[in-house]
Parts: sequence; C-alpha cells; structure tokens
Amino acid sequence: MADTTNRPGYRMGIDVGGTNTDAVILDNSLGVLAKHKAETTADIVGGISNAMEAVLERAGAGPETIGRVMLGTTHATNAVLERRELAKVAVLRIGGPATKSVRPLWTWPDDLRQVVSAGEAIIDGGFEFDGSEQVPLDEDAVHTFVASLDPKPDAYAVASVFAPVSDAHEIRVAELIREIDPEARISLSGALGSIGLLERENACVLNAALLSVARGIVDGLSGALDRLGMDAVPYFAQNDGTLMAIDRVLDFPVLTIGSGPANSMRGAAYLSGHKDAVVIDVGGTSTDIGVLAAGFPRESAVPVEIGGVRTNFRMPDLLAVALGGGTMVTDSGEADGVALGPASVGHRLTTEALCYGGSTLTLSDVANRTGRASFGTEPVDHLDGGLADRAMAAVDDQLENGIDRVKLSRSDQPVIAVGGGSVLVPEQLAGATEVIRPDDFDVANAIGAAIASVSAEIDQLFSVGEEGRDAVIARAKAEAIDAAVAIGADPDDTEIVSLEELTMAYMTDNILRLRIKAAGPLR
Amino acid sequence: MMEIGEQELSWLALGAAVFGGGGGGDPLLGHLMAKQAIEASGPVKLIDLEDLDDDDLILPAAMVGAPTVMAEKFASGDEGDRLRESIEAQLGRKVVAYSSGELGGINGVLPLTWAARSGLPVVDCDLMGRAFPELQMTTAALAGIDISPVVMTDERGNVVSFTTVTPKWAETLVRTVVGAMGGEASMCLYPMTVAQAKVGAVPKSMSRAIEVGRILLQATDDPITTLCEAVEGYALVEGKVADVDRQTTDGFAKGSAVIEGTGADNGRLLRMEFQNENAVVIEDGKVLASVPDIITAVDVHTARPIVTELLRYGQRVALVALPCDPVWRSDDALAVVGPQAFGYDLDYVPVETLHG
Repeated sequence: MADTTNRPGYRMGIDVGGTNTDAVILDNSLGVLAKHKAETTADIVGGISNAMEAVLERAGAGPETIGRVMLGTTHATNAVLERRELAKVAVLRIGGPATKSVRPLWTWPDDLRQVVSAGEAIIDGGFEFDGSEQVPLDEDAVHTFVASLDPKPDAYAVASVFAPVSDAHEIRVAELIREIDPEARISLSGALGSIGLLERENACVLNAALLSVARGIVDGLSGALDRLGMDAVPYFAQNDGTLMAIDRVLDFPVLTIGSGPANSMRGAAYLSGHKDAVVIDVGGTSTDIGVLAAGFPRESAVPVEIGGVRTNFRMPDLLAVALGGGTMVTDSGEADGVALGPASVGHRLTTEALCYGGSTLTLSDVANRTGRASFGTEPVDHLDGGLADRAMAAVDDQLENGIDRVKLSRSDQPVIAVGGGSVLVPEQLAGATEVIRPDDFDVANAIGAAIASVSAEIDQLFSVGEEGRDAVIARAKAEAIDAAVAIGADPDDTEIVSLEELTMAYMTDNILRLRIKAAGPLR
Repeated sequence: MMEIGEQELSWLALGAAVFGGGGGGDPLLGHLMAKQAIEASGPVKLIDLEDLDDDDLILPAAMVGAPTVMAEKFASGDEGDRLRESIEAQLGRKVVAYSSGELGGINGVLPLTWAARSGLPVVDCDLMGRAFPELQMTTAALAGIDISPVVMTDERGNVVSFTTVTPKWAETLVRTVVGAMGGEASMCLYPMTVAQAKVGAVPKSMSRAIEVGRILLQATDDPITTLCEAVEGYALVEGKVADVDRQTTDGFAKGSAVIEGTGADNGRLLRMEFQNENAVVIEDGKVLASVPDIITAVDVHTARPIVTELLRYGQRVALVALPCDPVWRSDDALAVVGPQAFGYDLDYVPVETLHG
C-alpha cells in the first residue's frame, strides 16, 4: 500500500447519490477548483470513473495532481432498500435459553428476510452485563447448525448477548464456523457497538449481507483509479461524517449507510464558514432541516430504521418537510386559501412546471411570479399574484416552524440554505439571524466528503495490572491516535472523539474493554 | 369479552405506554414478545372479572430489572409456565387467568405473552392503573391483599419463591434476587381470587388502554388533542428537551428533564422529575402535575409515548398529564404514592383541579 500519511496534491470528493453523481476537486487550501454533476449510472466503475474524468477535465488537471479521493455513496443503502446484490446470511444468535421470545430476523420485512436469510438459530451462550457467562457456550450446536446449512451461505452473522461487554463467545463461534467452512465470511456484532441485542444483531446481519456490495464498491473505486492512472489514496465516508480507510469498508460496509446527510450538512458548514447553524436542504420533493453544533450534525436520539430494519445506528437528526421546487400548488377553495403539496412533480419539473411550458402549478412557478426566483423557459406573469403571495407566505411559515422546532437555543441562529430548490428560501426568516446561500451549494455532499476528518477505532481488552487504569487508558488513546495518523490524520490535530469503557468485574485479572475512536483532519 | 390479536395488541402496547407515565419498560420489546407468542399460538381472550367465579384464582405478572439488561438479555418466553406451575403446586389449585401487575411499557402486555402460550385468558384489570417503581405501590396492597407467595424465575430456569411479612419486604428481597439473576427477572405476585380482585385491582384498565391506543393510532390531525380527549388529560407544554440529568441511585433511574417551550409555548421552561416513572412537573416554582396522577412525555408530532430512559436532549415532546385512578387519592393511598412518598415536599392537587 502506498504511503498514506503525508500525501501532497488536491482532494477529489465524489458523492454517488440515487439520482446524481457529483464530483469536486479541492485545491491545497480546500477551495473548489472544479465541480461536475452527472446522472448516476448502473455501472459502478463506469459512473465513478466518468465523474472523475469529467471533473479533472474541468479543472484542467492531470490525474497525478490528486493525492486523495473521498467517496460517499448510497450503494449500500440502495442495496438494502431495493433488496438487490445482498448476500445470503446464516444468522447465529448466542443467547439461549434467554432471548427466545423474539427470534432473529423475526421483526424484518418478509421480502428482505427471504432475500437475506440462509437460516437462523439461537444457541446457548452469551454473557451477563458484568462479563460473567450467562450459560456455557454450546459448541456442538454451532457444528450442528453450520453442517445443516444447504446450500452454504455467502456469509455468517454472529450476535451474542452482551457482546459489547465480552465478545469471547462470538470469537469462539467464528473459529468453530471456520473449522467447517474455512473460507467463511463472518460478521460479529461486538464490533458494531452499543447495547440493545435486536438492533445490534440487525446491523450485524445487514453488514454481513453487504459484504459483497462492499467488495463491488471498493473494486469499483480501485478500478476507476487504475483506469485513470491515478495514484491517489482512497477513503470512504461513513455515517458519523468521518472518513474510513478502504480496508475497513470491506469489513464494515454497513457504516457507509447514512453518510449522505452527514456529508451534506458538513459541506454546508464548510461552505458557509458557520459551525453553529440551521441547515435547510431543499430538493425537488422535500426539504430536510437539521442543526449543526460545533460543525457536526446533531444526531437523532432514536434508533434508525434502514429498509424497514431497526438498527443501532445514529444519523443526523433531520426534520423532513414536504416542500420542494416541484411541490404542487392548488387553490384550497376557501377565500384567500392555498394548499401546498404534498404531491410533487419531482424530477419532471423541467417538463411539467408552468415555467417550463408544462401544465402543473408548482412552487417554482410561484417563486418566479413573486420575484423570489427567476428561472425556467416560459413567463408566469399571468398567474394570480395574490395566490402566489399566499403560497410563498405558507412556505415561509412552514420553514419558520421547522427552524423553531429543530434549533437548539432560543436565540436566533444563522440559516444555511443549500440544495437545488433553495431559491424557495426567502432572504429573511423568523428565528434566523441571516440566511446564507453559499457558492457551490449544489455539490455540498461531495464537498462534505472531501473535507471530512479521517477516523480510526480501536476496540480491545487491556489488562490493567500494575500499570493502573489511568495509564492503560492513556496508552489506549495513544494507540487510537496512532491508528488515525497511520491512515492520514494530522498528528498535531487528532483527538479522541469517543471513548467507551467497560469493566468486567467477574474476570480474575482486572480487565478493561476500551472502544476508542480518534479523528483528525487529513494532513 | 374480546380477543386480542395482532391488531388489538398494537393498540394495547401503545395505550399501556400512555398510562405507564414513562415507566414499565420498553414498549417495543414487550410488544414484540407478545406478538411472537400470539403469532405462534393464536389470539388471547381478554375477559372481565364478572366472567369468572368469585373463587377463581388469577395470577398477576411482571418483569423486573434494568431496562439496559432487558434490551440485551430478554425473556425466553416460557417463564410464565414455570411461575404458574410453582404457584399451582404451592396453593394446590389451578390458575384460571393471568393479569397485568402494572399498566406500563412491558408489563401492560406481558400477560399476553404468557397467556398465549398456555391458552389461558387475561383478566381486564391491573394492580396500579399506571406504572410505579415499587411492589408495595399497588391497589392490591392498599386493599390488604397478601403479596405472597412471590415467585421469580430467570431464563435459565431458576425459580425462587418467598413469603414476606409486608409488600415492602418483597420489594427489598426481589431487588436482591434480580441482582443475582443478572439484572432482570420475571415474576408473579399478589396471587388472588376474583373476589379479592374486585376490590383490590383497577378494573377495565386493559380495555381502556386498548381503546386509547386505537384512537391514537387512528388519529389523523392533531394527535395530541386527540390523546388528551381520549384520556381526559391536559397538554402541559409543547417543546424541546433542553437537558436530561440521569443518575442510577439505589437501582432507580432517577433524574430530571428540562423542557423548553416552542411554538405557542415559546419562552416557557418546565422541569420534570422522574423516578423510573415521571413524578412531578414544575414551572416557575409552581407544580403543574404530580404523582399519583400520570405524566407522560409524548412525541410532539405523533403523540407516541417516550419512556424516561429514551428521553434525549433535543427531542421534541409534549407533556401530557392525566388523572390517576380515584383509588389513589385517599389519604392512605397518598401516603404510599403521593409526592411526599417520593421525597417531594409538596401537597398533591389533582390534575383536573390544576388545569380543569
């Protein structure tokens, strides 16, 4: 592998969304050198390398000028939502005789379960909250289950009760599986975090189901780099808004889910220069309103569902409002009334909206009529001005209401308007100190990926011994920081962003389990 | 008599969480357990006390323990069978129906998990009409019904049974056993005849929760007003959770949340104290609601209840207060479950007097 620690050259950020693939090149002072938008294609390698080629051409730069490439992609999300390219997973829960009252995958939508499941079993084992064994692990049951699988699954997911406290049974089960199936690809729940067996198990099964998708994206990006003769270091965006190294994606593809909203908000923060603000991202059909605190999106407090499956992931806390450039406007029938959406012409705006010669009255038409926007191919002067004013007032009302609901403090905050439909946002809003429309707002996602910090996580058992707890934690923190620096973080600016400490009182030696994440800007 | 299938179960789970006042465990987990049992064994009959003979034996059910432990190591599903067999052996007679020990997140639906497996019905009553943190805080104790024999079991199959001199002693011993069992356990308590239940239980509370859940799930616009009308309650505030301070003290999840008003309530600042369940709401030194009346935090858009352990900074909530069962308003009852019993130096004023 090339030296990743100190890499000169420009950064290329790529965001593969459901509709568009955006690419940007940032220069050494992180200014936008060039940007490019294209439709997302079915062929991964082709789509990514076309976007890369096009943005290089716009920048007038050769492939050798790019030092690092950051990819944010919805491939994993879409694979789950559309139930395609998913691996067949055998699910082993280590939790019996407890936990049988809610079986593995039983809460999943039937169609997804049929696509993913290669069989499920609950075997005896698992731990108590203090790290002692709930019951001994039933090793024979592992053999029986694995031997019964016909055909062989593409992957295994193994989840044990209290794996975040002790993953010893998960690790032992992985060994036993490999005795029968030496090439087995296995995902263990303990590496995926928090307390809550059903949610962690679900995330673990999704992760196992995505292992081949991960291989496809990684090969896609590597193939695109090869094709263009680029020697850049690749990174992937993950759901907490930081970047991970390419080999980590192969093991934890599920972590790429949700990187889009995080990138969009981080991009808005970077472009506007504001770290504490409300972000309004207006699309064609809906508007997401979120809050930036210290430059990072505030996370949702409730577990997130992906494709109908409840997981333990945290994602940006967004308030979705049914307002967009394509939202249909109708006369409510009441005097001085107006009705907005929720139906939208969506991506057919440029054929169906009045301002493009279509026959549907949309918010874009109304915005043109009131002078808030001026785009399209047809004049809209003939529209009822009163109706247009009322529609815009209703938009402002909904936005102000949304700002009031999401913002953290009672004092007014700056509002950053991004997204293709952000012309709908007025110059002034109650609750906003100012409305900021940064340049390049249309590629905020790709910029967010390109400027993100890089992070590394360690998750290990440490024997406290004579060294003492404080010294052990200090040593573990240093290891996490070294791991982040090894994949490119600036050693002068890398910090510990999360630390979980779990003590296992029942073990004879004093053992600490530490899960530590370090993140820092790329050098 | 009604049958509780998957549809009625989803109504009950929601309604029980409303009456749970923030406590009684994760409603989703309780719902999933009962749903799997009903899917496997069919719907459960919900019957009235009047449908049974006065001499019939009914068995109230409960799960006890730390919510974080239950989220990892939840029940096996066969705990109810073991508890019932133990009680039947000890008392030398058959149990004819299960009931709920408390109307709250998990415990409001728990008897359905047990009943579905055994084919027994569930009686339309519970022992609190809401959720409370301790075993002596029941209408059964108030009516002088013996809590013993108390039987506990874990998912491994260990069974512990004991007889205590007071319900408060049962509380003390149960906590010790729960710790030894790994932080959570299933139990039955206050085994009683139908004649006893007619004076010592809150009647019709399950069907009321089902009805409230149905109304809430079917509400289209303004679900909070719909909820308040359904439970004869009052919306105290709509706002954001500005702070949550949580400590685990003596096995209780004690703490407080600060709610900052938004919209029409802009500028208001309320403080809610909780001890497993929500106990008191205060604004500018004035009490807006207190135990034993029920205080439930709900999502501001959907009016779905949020249990105290899931309250988080930044959530958008409404606080809804509703009257408790009238049995809790006597001086004797307030001595056990009134504000002073929870350590607050204030007098109880019914919520409808404060806001009606």
